[in-house]
Amino acid sequence: MSRFVQAVLPADPDLRAELRLGLLRVLVAANLLLGFLYLSWRYTATINWAAWPIALGLVIAETYSYIDAWLFGLTLWRLKQRGEPPPPLPNATVDVFITCYNEPVAIVRETAIAARDIRYPHRTYLLDDGNSPAMRAMAKEIGIGYLVRSEEWKGKQRHAKAGNLNNALCQTNGEFILVLDADQIPSPDILDRTLGYFADERVALVQTPQWFYNVPPDDPLGSQAPLFYGPIMQGKDGWNAAFFCGSNAVLRREALMQIGIANYVRDLELRVVRALRTADAMLRIAVRQTQTVENGALRAAIDKLQAAVRASQRMLREGRPIQEVTWYFQQRAAVAARPLVAEDLARLRAEVATIPGLDADEDLTTCLSRSLDDDSILHALTVRERSPLAAIATVRELLLAVDVDRADEAQPVMPLATISVTEDMATAMRLHAAGWRSVYHDEILARGLAPEDLRSALQQRLRWAQGTIQVLLRENPLFVPGLSLGQRLMYFATMWSYLSGFFVVIYLSAPIFYLIFGMLPVRTQAEEFFWRLVPYLITNELVFAVAGWKRATWRGRQYSLALFPLWIQAVISAIGNVYAGRPLGFVVTPKVRQGGLHIWGQLRLVRLQAITMAALTLSAIWGMARLALGLQIDGIPTLVNVFWIGYDLLMLSVVIDAALYQPEEQEQPQTAAAYP
Amino acid sequence: MSLHSESGDDGITIVQMDGRLDLLTAAEVKQQLADLIAGGHRRLIFDLDRVGFIDSSGLGALISGLKAARQAGGDLRIARANQQVRALLNLTMLERVLRPYETIEEARAGYSQIAAD
Repeated sequence: MSRFVQAVLPADPDLRAELRLGLLRVLVAANLLLGFLYLSWRYTATINWAAWPIALGLVIAETYSYIDAWLFGLTLWRLKQRGEPPPPLPNATVDVFITCYNEPVAIVRETAIAARDIRYPHRTYLLDDGNSPAMRAMAKEIGIGYLVRSEEWKGKQRHAKAGNLNNALCQTNGEFILVLDADQIPSPDILDRTLGYFADERVALVQTPQWFYNVPPDDPLGSQAPLFYGPIMQGKDGWNAAFFCGSNAVLRREALMQIGIANYVRDLELRVVRALRTADAMLRIAVRQTQTVENGALRAAIDKLQAAVRASQRMLREGRPIQEVTWYFQQRAAVAARPLVAEDLARLRAEVATIPGLDADEDLTTCLSRSLDDDSILHALTVRERSPLAAIATVRELLLAVDVDRADEAQPVMPLATISVTEDMATAMRLHAAGWRSVYHDEILARGLAPEDLRSALQQRLRWAQGTIQVLLRENPLFVPGLSLGQRLMYFATMWSYLSGFFVVIYLSAPIFYLIFGMLPVRTQAEEFFWRLVPYLITNELVFAVAGWKRATWRGRQYSLALFPLWIQAVISAIGNVYAGRPLGFVVTPKVRQGGLHIWGQLRLVRLQAITMAALTLSAIWGMARLALGLQIDGIPTLVNVFWIGYDLLMLSVVIDAALYQPEEQEQPQTAAAYP
Repeated sequence: MSLHSESGDDGITIVQMDGRLDLLTAAEVKQQLADLIAGGHRRLIFDLDRVGFIDSSGLGALISGLKAARQAGGDLRIARANQQVRALLNLTMLERVLRPYETIEEARAGYSQIAAD
């Protein structure tokens, strides 16, 4: 087949690329049209209301998939094949950052030497968040820079890799930054092949693929992402929405600093508004309480504070700079709270200790400063019963806590976004929203190590999924100002695909409902169903075949279905994290292969899939037995469902293979994801 | 590159700089501002008249100076910014925090106005 295609196609690569794109567009359009016809027929003519829970569930799941097909189709529509890169900028200054946490020194050393030997002039730095003497000695030995967190970070939130990069940005000054994970060994020409794109002064980011050299050809753990680092990123690139993937990318410092400052301003404004609103609410309660009390000094203090808060709010509305507003209310707050004595402060501290989400061990300012990021904690502050005196003390401390810097953060300006464990995507979205451009250069220019055991691989994917959902919940691309419609859809496409777990459950349970309980979700004639559905499915397969031409995409598709429990866990834990402040709840990713886990331990990791497979198999046997015994007259629905089960089993079986997978021993210790 | 500073009787220190405040000079400016503040000069006015060009790293140094001044109970104001600086302040929205005062006198008045308020 492949040879035949080669013979028919023209030799010119540009013409080939054009033909491929044309074919893709025809297939995408056909697929979406057939999908529309199928789905509208399903909605209007086939829902079996007698079995409504599964009937509705299934049609909703099919709608999810159809929207996914649209987003995927739109991505492919603008597939951008860039070919040869432009020549590199002359005389650019470049810093190469290698981020490490506590990976084995031998692995980092190999990366560091390769980074040092990159041909284009540059400075190389090891960003060691593990602060280890062995790493420091290694950096010195091979002659590269070594950076750890500065004094300012002591006792502050560390923000994992984003924090590590932000810290390094403050200690260096190259115009461009190449970011490498500890295990990503760059080729000597990585900068020569990427710096040319920055001749366009609006370009902030050039991302190259991540590829792993320790993965066998059949890729049992699904580590390679040929569909993502290929057609998907090329498609996003066509919409100027290729995003930063954490490693193997070059960034423009000026762009990072600009979004860091813009974000600092936005954040500060929000915190000031919140502090004033909370202070106002608390003072209003205090006024009510003091109406019955004869205490002139107390009333005077509250009145003064209230006047200061309202004047500050007015200043903000008039557009006075935050510098002046905070200066004003801080001076006022300090004066107005004269009647306070140390005793009240002590009481306040005790009270704060009982508010969930606040930690009384921290110093009071840090603690209140952090509360300004969290509406629920602020709300807890206002609704609390307290004496008017304590209210004054709280307001005073709250106003002192809002400053032009953040008492709870090490650096006022954080160029890399810290709102998510996938700081890379969040940062890229802010860059795009600020009008910067990005480039995806589809050439492998660094080679890394993938996790070699199922547990590490699952943890890594859970983290990516959680991070992506965090970004969706905190900075939804559909509503972030500044993005183009295409960019919104491209970011949303990635997030949408991570919601699949819930719908896979419906797809998997539908045949069980039918074969065991006789609940048929689709009410139709077999023939009509067949002619409407099958062409839609076939064009869908063809889209994948052409988009992923010569790339092994099947493994990735298996995993995206088979990891449904993980995707569900990711969504639920991310919601808990964003709205209730619960920790994301994953253990530290092991850096060295987990040798101790025996087969049963591995299988336990995929027990939900194993149970599902058992249930599907039993349902298929049950259905076939009923058919054989003549208990079921119409055989077609049974056969369709049994066929469907066969497909599901084929997809799900990938995780069983993975659990049984034992990689060959290599001399080197193996790494997994760099950050917990 | 070095900063030139001059303190008045009113406890306000005028800081002047020549040249570009960019990624190459930002770290040093940040350090010198920190030293000034540590030396008791808590109320600063950064005169940008002879700063021909500023980039975001330069703005970062000013924010660090502002932070250090505030922590010491003082403040940092900027004055006499040129068109390029104003454009960047606008682009990064930093003008929402740091007001670029037209003249040194206005920046100085900003201090006394609030002090007297």
